[in-house]
Amino acid sequence: MKLEKRIKVISEQGLHARPAAMFVEVANRFVSSIKIAKGELVVDGKSILNILMLGVECSEEITLQIEGEDAQEAMGVLEDIITRKDV
Amino acid sequence: MFKKEQIIKGVSASPGIAIGKAYVISEDILKVEKRIIKDAELSEEIKNLETALLKTKREIVDIQSKMAKEMGSNYANIFDVQLMLLEDRVLLEEIIERLRKELLGVEYIFFDVLKKYKRALEKLEDPYLKERAQDVNDFGKRVLKNLIGKDASRIKELRNKAIIIAHDLSPSEAAVLNPEYVLGLVTESGGSTTHTAIMAKSFEIPAVVGTGSIMGNIEIDDPIIIDGSRGVLIVNPHQATLKEYENKKNKIDEKFLNLLKLKDLKSQTKDGTSIKIMANIELSHEVKSAINHGADGVGLYRTEYLYLNRSDLPSEEEQYQAYKLVTLQMTPNTVIIRTLDLGGDKLVSQLDMSYELNPFLGWRAIRFCLARPAIFKVQLRAILRASVHGDLQIMFPMISNIEEMEEARKIVNEVMQEFDKEEIPYNKDVKIGAMIETPSVAMTCDHFKNKADFFSIGTNDLIQYTIAVDRINEKIAYLYDPAHPGVLRLIENIIQKSGENNIPVGMCGEMAGESRYLPLLLGLGLRNFSVSPLIIPELKLVASSVTLDQAKEIAREVMGLSSREKIRQYLSLKLREILGSDYAELIEA
Repeated sequence: MKLEKRIKVISEQGLHARPAAMFVEVANRFVSSIKIAKGELVVDGKSILNILMLGVECSEEITLQIEGEDAQEAMGVLEDIITRKDV
Repeated sequence: MFKKEQIIKGVSASPGIAIGKAYVISEDILKVEKRIIKDAELSEEIKNLETALLKTKREIVDIQSKMAKEMGSNYANIFDVQLMLLEDRVLLEEIIERLRKELLGVEYIFFDVLKKYKRALEKLEDPYLKERAQDVNDFGKRVLKNLIGKDASRIKELRNKAIIIAHDLSPSEAAVLNPEYVLGLVTESGGSTTHTAIMAKSFEIPAVVGTGSIMGNIEIDDPIIIDGSRGVLIVNPHQATLKEYENKKNKIDEKFLNLLKLKDLKSQTKDGTSIKIMANIELSHEVKSAINHGADGVGLYRTEYLYLNRSDLPSEEEQYQAYKLVTLQMTPNTVIIRTLDLGGDKLVSQLDMSYELNPFLGWRAIRFCLARPAIFKVQLRAILRASVHGDLQIMFPMISNIEEMEEARKIVNEVMQEFDKEEIPYNKDVKIGAMIETPSVAMTCDHFKNKADFFSIGTNDLIQYTIAVDRINEKIAYLYDPAHPGVLRLIENIIQKSGENNIPVGMCGEMAGESRYLPLLLGLGLRNFSVSPLIIPELKLVASSVTLDQAKEIAREVMGLSSREKIRQYLSLKLREILGSDYAELIEA
């Protein structure tokens, strides 16, 4: 299954240390490939280095591209992390 | 060669005198040599990397759990990013791919790849992300150490006691230092609210920060003196200077040692009126020091540290653990938690606070919290959850009118209703008080009847607002004076009006920790004091040497004086009389 979704980052600190770490930790629990796109850049959502380098700030829009057997579930959980305010 | 004495002025970060040898933490960028390998050696190289990563992981987990135990989990989170980097597959794949292509030693490839990421992160504009470069750097050094068997980190384990000199210390570097071996700390960068400063203070290690460029002038093992109280560093001191500071240090050490013997004195006046002498703390582990110095509770638990020097906000759980730790250790005594007091001289990047022309009159403390209830509520939830573990009380900083008090209480009530719905237990009768730091509230504290369960006079701000003096500005700092009759009248008014309206009142500013003011404050009717743990035994001694009648007489006399100088002289004289010469000398040392 291949899913794609545009999401606005709500976490107050964008995708920095804590939220990014949480995102990566959860992303790695899924077998699907997980990519994050911001503008032209597409990075591996299972790599903390890649996510940090993407420099996503609060209220910026990113696109989650998830492909694989557990894509649906992964999309739900990861979207929740990005759109939760208190992470 | 004879080395010249140099006196260097910095910013005072943590009081006390330290004398010892310099341990300079150099900024040298580690060089890793290129080493050509053969195809057949590839798998061996990859295996070496895996072993090094595994070893590093064990080390980090060890430090992390040690820190979580000693200072709470918020500290240990410093290592989150480093732990994730250890398992970052993009990083690993890139290293392995380059190994195959370039056939160079794994340590060089690893070093080169990390350098690339570190530089890229440093170039990002976002300040939080820039700080992550520090994580990548620390992580790289740890792994390299295990990869080449040589210690690449800047800080090796200290084997002898020394004074640490560094440009700056990252939180994870500071965390590795064993406080027992650190006599003192000096950093070229930073101000009095930096991580280094707060750590040093909490471990009672003298520290000077913000000295500017000095590392070129200091070599390892150079003799050094730090006067943390004055923010001065002396390199290669003359014999005479050394002697002078040794004497000073011995006197101070002796004073605290002798005073410590008095820590179990009852907190009461000579004629048996009982009072409370509590501790001001900033980090949860300081509660040990508070107990060791005989504190009757924690009268001011500053919570800013939880928010400082990090890229995100502390979670409810993290705060809860810290508050619970302090409360459990202090039980059955009271712990008063002051809600977030940021702004003023403390700015936090993650809270969107911007530079203000007049920060002490600006968007800070309760003003900030009321404007950002989502952030405020996380802290209140954590405090209320911890309230079941002992006598925990809540105190709001910088209240300047009655509406702020009402609004803050309303938010507490909202949290309580949430808890009722969520069936989370909390103390329904939790006491909620306010700091009196503004003259406006000092003059109207009677209006707070039924609104504030208690008051605590925060003299540092109250004095600067009353006299209109910025005590950080060196040119006018001399005007800042607790003995100003205007300040004393305000304090008298607070104590009197609060008493008439049955609102208990205490004092937690620095004035409370100056023993010569204690008889005056007792005479004015104050019974609760909260001070730095070190000073508690001294105050117990002074309190137990004066009767209430004497104290009242002193207060009457002082309130009739108009000169600050005369007031100070009179109070010093009386203190000597009360204590007798032996004890007076002890305190004045």
